[in-house]
Amino acid sequence: MGIRFRTVSELLELTEKHDLPISEVMIQQEMDIKGKNRDELYEQMEKNLQVMEKAIEDAFKGVQSVTGLTGGDAVRIQKYMKENTPLSGNLLLDAVSKAMGTNEVNAAMGIICATPTAGSAGCVPGALFAVKERFNPSREDMIRFLFTAGAFGFVVANNAFISGAAGGCQAEIGSAGAMASAAIVEMAGGTPEQSANAFAITLKNMLGLVCDPVAGLVEVPCVKRNALGVSQALVSADLALAGVKSKIPCDEVIGAMYRIGKQMPSALRETGEGGLADTPTGRLLKEKIFGASV
Amino acid sequence: MKYQSVFDIIGPVMVGPSSSHTAGAARIGLAARNLFGKQPAWAKIHLYESFAKTYRGHGTDFALAGGLLGFATDDPRMSKALDIAKEEGLHIEFIEDSASSVHPNTARVIVGDGKEELELVGISIGGGKIEIIELNGFELRLSGNHPAILVLHNDRFGAIASVTKILAKYRINIGHMEVNRKDVGKDALMVIETDQNVDDTILNELKGADHIIKVSKIVS
Repeated sequence: MGIRFRTVSELLELTEKHDLPISEVMIQQEMDIKGKNRDELYEQMEKNLQVMEKAIEDAFKGVQSVTGLTGGDAVRIQKYMKENTPLSGNLLLDAVSKAMGTNEVNAAMGIICATPTAGSAGCVPGALFAVKERFNPSREDMIRFLFTAGAFGFVVANNAFISGAAGGCQAEIGSAGAMASAAIVEMAGGTPEQSANAFAITLKNMLGLVCDPVAGLVEVPCVKRNALGVSQALVSADLALAGVKSKIPCDEVIGAMYRIGKQMPSALRETGEGGLADTPTGRLLKEKIFGASV
Repeated sequence: MKYQSVFDIIGPVMVGPSSSHTAGAARIGLAARNLFGKQPAWAKIHLYESFAKTYRGHGTDFALAGGLLGFATDDPRMSKALDIAKEEGLHIEFIEDSASSVHPNTARVIVGDGKEELELVGISIGGGKIEIIELNGFELRLSGNHPAILVLHNDRFGAIASVTKILAKYRINIGHMEVNRKDVGKDALMVIETDQNVDDTILNELKGADHIIKVSKIVS
């Protein structure tokens, strides 16, 4: 039997034992389970990468959802960046515009790559295509970024959940942002342990986040939650690279996320019944979109 | 492990807006079509919990229709699937079911044409991944991500051996297998997930084996 991990601590042990980066452990496990070679995996991941790239391009041309609730913010942010000096910095705001843009394309029923879900699909590519400007990575490095993000998502999916209906937004944006943090650290030259710390810090800061989409649509607040995910991803990556550690280890944070999700009432798990969906404006928007009878 | 591949996490490539409610729903529809073996003439689809509450906004309805029409998750025709179904004479009825279910995203899909019917329950577990948990009254666990053979057989000794013997002869490796029966000595269902697609000559040989009533397959 080849490389197998189901927890972050097992993943870290493997990186240490074989002296490999996280991306490589993920690649080797995948080759082993699927009986595929490296070229085949790279080819498949390259296709995902191209979909992400194209979604951001589309977003920057301007998109609008069928309901008119979302769209156009990525363009707005890019314009603001050209004309002003953003308070939060260019790299961070660039990441935010790319993350929100990807989700605007998703809401407009465009083609995206779920990472790990469609509602949270902006965080990982938003982070990747923003730090790309800083590090000038090779195509292989960009593919590795996705395998590193995938390794952490794989652990969350198998030990907790990644869908809002099962565990709230903490399971979607929380997981996606945390996956992005870990991958940024590896691309920046950090250690696997620093990746794990970045992951844990992001997920900790997302605990309890509910899934309360207005009218049940993946639009409000989902698009802007991707801004949250990618910003925290960058901040956590910086913290981890600075040597800040999470007091609670990754696997225990994932366990906490799971228990919190289990305790969350169904009104706050993608039913469109609680939270922002149940505000006067949220209800009014729903009525406008679907009619009073719904 | 529920998720086996990194591409369950980074992927699928899909038409938005929701991986569980759109991509997962399309895959449940596609599994129903594959198991039925052809495009049905009609479908009755019961939606539960989050599926029932939010299916319009998430396009769960057109995605299920798209799956029944044989569309992949990234098919650009997806959002038009309800109209295309109408044009192709596939009549679909959606029922918002208030009954509780084992998973928040659950669909019971009943499909048929003049001659036969098939009923399955699919759950969309997140990130576009699905499981089929019930088929024609049999409980089972089918990921839909691997090729699979489903064998309806008499609950007699030797039935399982006769099937595995044929698969061994053609060097087909079994990844996951389970057997369920409704009652001792009555019909039973063998679900066999394989590493590669099984071609029709093998399927025909299985159909001729002892105690076998019906064989169908899911390609991947």
